[in-house]
Amino acid sequence: MPSLKDLRLRIVSVKSTRKITSAMKMVAASKLRRAQTAAEAARPFAERMERMLGTLAGSLAGQAGAPAMLAGNGKSDVHLIVMVTADRGLCGGFNSSIVRDVRRMTAELIGQGKTVKILPVGRKGREQIKRDFGSNLIEGFEGLGRKGITFPEADMVAAKVASMFEAGEFDVCTVVYNRFQSAISQIVTRQQLIPFAVAAGEEKSGELKATYEFEPNEEEILATLVPRNLAIQVFRATLESQASEQGARMTAMDNATRNAGDMINGLTIKYNRSRQAQITKELIEIISGAEAL
Amino acid sequence: MAEKIQFELVSPAKLLVSEAVDMVVVPGSEGDFGALAMHAPMITTVRPGVIDVHDGGKVGKRIFVAGGFAEVNEERVTVLAEEAIPVTEITADLVSSRLQEAREAVADAKSDAEKAVAAQRLLVATALEAAAR
Repeated sequence: MPSLKDLRLRIVSVKSTRKITSAMKMVAASKLRRAQTAAEAARPFAERMERMLGTLAGSLAGQAGAPAMLAGNGKSDVHLIVMVTADRGLCGGFNSSIVRDVRRMTAELIGQGKTVKILPVGRKGREQIKRDFGSNLIEGFEGLGRKGITFPEADMVAAKVASMFEAGEFDVCTVVYNRFQSAISQIVTRQQLIPFAVAAGEEKSGELKATYEFEPNEEEILATLVPRNLAIQVFRATLESQASEQGARMTAMDNATRNAGDMINGLTIKYNRSRQAQITKELIEIISGAEAL
Repeated sequence: MAEKIQFELVSPAKLLVSEAVDMVVVPGSEGDFGALAMHAPMITTVRPGVIDVHDGGKVGKRIFVAGGFAEVNEERVTVLAEEAIPVTEITADLVSSRLQEAREAVADAKSDAEKAVAAQRLLVATALEAAAR
């Protein structure tokens, strides 16, 4: 049975924890609003870019001379996984769900006899995956987008991926990130970046349409469009991930605040009961003492 | 004209314009082109310049774009711009600061890649200046 003083201290400590979690919830909520607008605003561009590239890829399909970044280099021995997580914790299952997916994917690929390289974006993912696949990790990025991610930052990541591809360090690149659905649900998404994966439905509609004219010519457009697309897709993944992070944190902190509240109630009842029990005990002692005289 | 063409202008940050208009004049890398409804499908790169949106017999909106891509088909023009600013929002301050920054970048550039980036920035800034006039 804890003493009254212990209980009092417990209550104080839980109360201050509640203050912290509820403040974090508010901060996350306001950041979420900004991040969500940014993520939703970036969707149309990325989607149209994909559609345009899909058309191009469709019209170039089967032709030699398509850039390797679009068509792949014909191999799939070395996989690069770009793992987008947060730099900070305290956001529920946000980071762990990404790490779990990456872990499963890595194990699968290794089982198929492939080599896997993991490029972590964000500190938390790196820390969590180090234990199982530390040897697969390569130099990643941390501290991106402290004040909301900007395009040049995403471009930096994309540039690294592109230069690695040109150096022949991997054959297939997939990005794993949390797609923002709502504040309480984020979907772990795998998106293949290299070679460019054309959605099955899109390819068909591309065939039905008339062939496109290209100005200046297909190669030149592709040469600029393909790296651009890579940067855009990375940008979009980071934006989505950022919005998801704030959403996840808001939900997690909301739960924590509520739990702290419940705990305070429980502790307060316990405190009052034991206080009363003690008073009763003292009274009995005084009365029985008086009677004995 | 009865038929209209759906004009969409998107930048990485947001969807800027999405409306049905009569004609769009886009600064393609090989010359300006006007896109009307039933235009032959085409994909082209866009150089820094001004997009004129024609609607109801006059030029409605004028928007500066800093390069990008355009996709045209029978019912739609999609311009993917790296940056887009409505011409009415271009100020002299913006133009001069951009020009100065670009010139500094050109002067500071060391590697070939940096030089290319800086030259591109100067090109954009010069086009912006031209658009403001």
